Amino acid sequence: MTTTKQPLSHLDWLESEAIYILREVAGQCSNPVLLFSGGKDSLCILRLAEKAFRPGRFPFPLMHIDTGHNYQEVIDFRDQRATELGERLIVRSVEDSMKRGTVVLKTPDESRNKHQSVTLLEAIEEFGFDCCIGGARRDEEKARAKERIMSFRDEFGQWDPKNQRPELWSLYNARSHKGENIRAFPISNWTEMDVWQYIEREDLALPSIYFSHQRDVVMRSGSIVPVNVPLVNGEITNPVKAGEEIINMQVRFRTVGDISCTAPVISNADTVSKIVLETATSTITERGATRLDDQTSDASMEQRKKEGYF
Amino acid sequence: MTCGSVDDGKSTLIGRLLFDTKTILADTLTQISNTSKKRGMEAVDLSLLTDGLQAEREQGITIDVAYRYFSTGTRKYIIADAPGHEQYTRNMVTAASTANLAIILIDARRGVLTQTRRHSYLAHLVGIQHIVVAVNKMDLVNYDQVVYDKICADYLAFATEIGLAQARDIRFIPMSALVGDMLVDRLENMPWYTGETLLDMLEKAPAAHTEGHEEFRFPVQFVCRPHASADADLHDFRGFMGRIESGIIKVGDAVTVLPNGYQSKIKAIQLGDAQLTSAQTEQSVTLLLEDEIDTSRGDIIVKTGSAIESVKQIDAFVCWLSETPMSTARTYVIRHTTRESKAKVGAIQYKVDVNTLEELATTDLKMNDIARITFKLAQPLMVDSYSLNRATGAFIIIDESTNNTVGAGMIV
Repeated sequence: MTTTKQPLSHLDWLESEAIYILREVAGQCSNPVLLFSGGKDSLCILRLAEKAFRPGRFPFPLMHIDTGHNYQEVIDFRDQRATELGERLIVRSVEDSMKRGTVVLKTPDESRNKHQSVTLLEAIEEFGFDCCIGGARRDEEKARAKERIMSFRDEFGQWDPKNQRPELWSLYNARSHKGENIRAFPISNWTEMDVWQYIEREDLALPSIYFSHQRDVVMRSGSIVPVNVPLVNGEITNPVKAGEEIINMQVRFRTVGDISCTAPVISNADTVSKIVLETATSTITERGATRLDDQTSDASMEQRKKEGYF
Repeated sequence: MTCGSVDDGKSTLIGRLLFDTKTILADTLTQISNTSKKRGMEAVDLSLLTDGLQAEREQGITIDVAYRYFSTGTRKYIIADAPGHEQYTRNMVTAASTANLAIILIDARRGVLTQTRRHSYLAHLVGIQHIVVAVNKMDLVNYDQVVYDKICADYLAFATEIGLAQARDIRFIPMSALVGDMLVDRLENMPWYTGETLLDMLEKAPAAHTEGHEEFRFPVQFVCRPHASADADLHDFRGFMGRIESGIIKVGDAVTVLPNGYQSKIKAIQLGDAQLTSAQTEQSVTLLLEDEIDTSRGDIIVKTGSAIESVKQIDAFVCWLSETPMSTARTYVIRHTTRESKAKVGAIQYKVDVNTLEELATTDLKMNDIARITFKLAQPLMVDSYSLNRATGAFIIIDESTNNTVGAGMIV
């Protein structure tokens, strides 16, 4: 048996930090929830939660805020994963908020992505959650570079960048008064590359749209936009606009979210190890090419976060 | 972490490191080059990479610590970028608390300044092991070795005076972040400098987990008792979950659980599905003990015979973080490891002027002040001196009315 210390590998270090953060949430909060979309970051967090809490059950349920405009494959995968884990999955949908009149779309085809905030806040109130665990990472976007591991939101769900708690050592402060809320980000210090390397090492299953596949797309303002996508409810979203030419392309998704604002990239990578390689040599950031919602202005993520976005 | 103000070229330094290690990707570069043009600048302003928030851009300042990531193939780095101005002492302390190397920037034209002394003192106070003194803007002093040597000598004299030179590993480097000399690439401007480039220094500096206190410290975060499980084997399972803050533990080791003082032996060490025979600093694991012991979050497991102090009074250096000054009449909450205790101020011994390092008598503590204070505790805490162990020597102070973190403490 060895008694000389070897430094942990960077993945072991990141894993250990994330487990520590999840256990702090469990130790400090009375009613936390894990936000789970079926996306790759939240799948990493599920594995981390297994390592943090097994053989016990997770000390929190899983919850998905569904815009109704998600890829069928991702929704199926989400349900399957929750069943395999034997953990409780709560789904709240933006469409219900629309029926209640709390979400009003400006136009029928407006992206529902930013409206998730309303549904999320309604669900927090419904269940009395005092902490939402999410998969956001500081390297994703510059408004996130200053985000805390435990981020404080007031009773309107607002993030005030000027009024965040200083966070020193690993002494996280997840206290809140009734009605207020903490957002906890266990993989804050991970990069996109770390996520893929972890998926590879842990042999995590992913929804099929992360891997290279044939898809009908059009080029719209310089981005690749999937068109004629069938929805879970049988409707078809993202119709082709007049004058656009449909191209059948070999693509994969680097992020999965609301169909209206997530674009694929051209890729032949059909395995995790090929994706790791492609990520290492990519010249475009993860959100740069694929998140149509971040390109509106320099400050669009910051604006959404202030309004309670995850 | 990087310490310096905008004038020292800190943002340019970080931008350079990211740019020269190919961390900045095409779309980010396009974005900042568009912004540079919009603001009427001719060249791409690399410092735009590090100013994030709308409020900061409007005011042209950095308010908060930002975290950046880059990788060299052999190592992954997290840069904590802290604004250097005096009124941001709290941000520097925050950034320093998780750093194991500090880059202190000096403008070659201006030499060792008050702010250099402040940054060095804070890095020392918060216990950063490795200091790299980067004499920047060498291009503006004709890459003159005499200028560089004088700054190094001045710095060393000051560092010896405050005890920094004796306690820490200090290195010096001349550079120009603007032209990219001696950061990643070695250009031909300073043939007289034969030392390492900045990136070489970073690559060779020991990572945090290979250094420090060897005594085993395991604060319990969470207790796993799946007794309602369908699996009968788990009915008696009692796992103590936490992270090893220092030292090494092996199956069979004799341990003591504090504050109660119960003794037992390690029966098993688990990480996920894996059964380990030993585990070390910074690993998050689950410990199973031979005996049924009543243990909960906030307790600490140490090796039997290891000296750790259980105290109801602490003497510490405190950095005040809140806009509301400290009140000596109020009761605060101190969080130390995974444990909390109510606390009241006993006495403020003195305040440190972070510019002159003078010890001043004071009766109050305002934001950015650093003072030596004693606290009386309602519950015992199991502590080490901060200089021996950052994890068991550090604490934060919480104001229960707002739940804000209002102070940071380092136990003497």
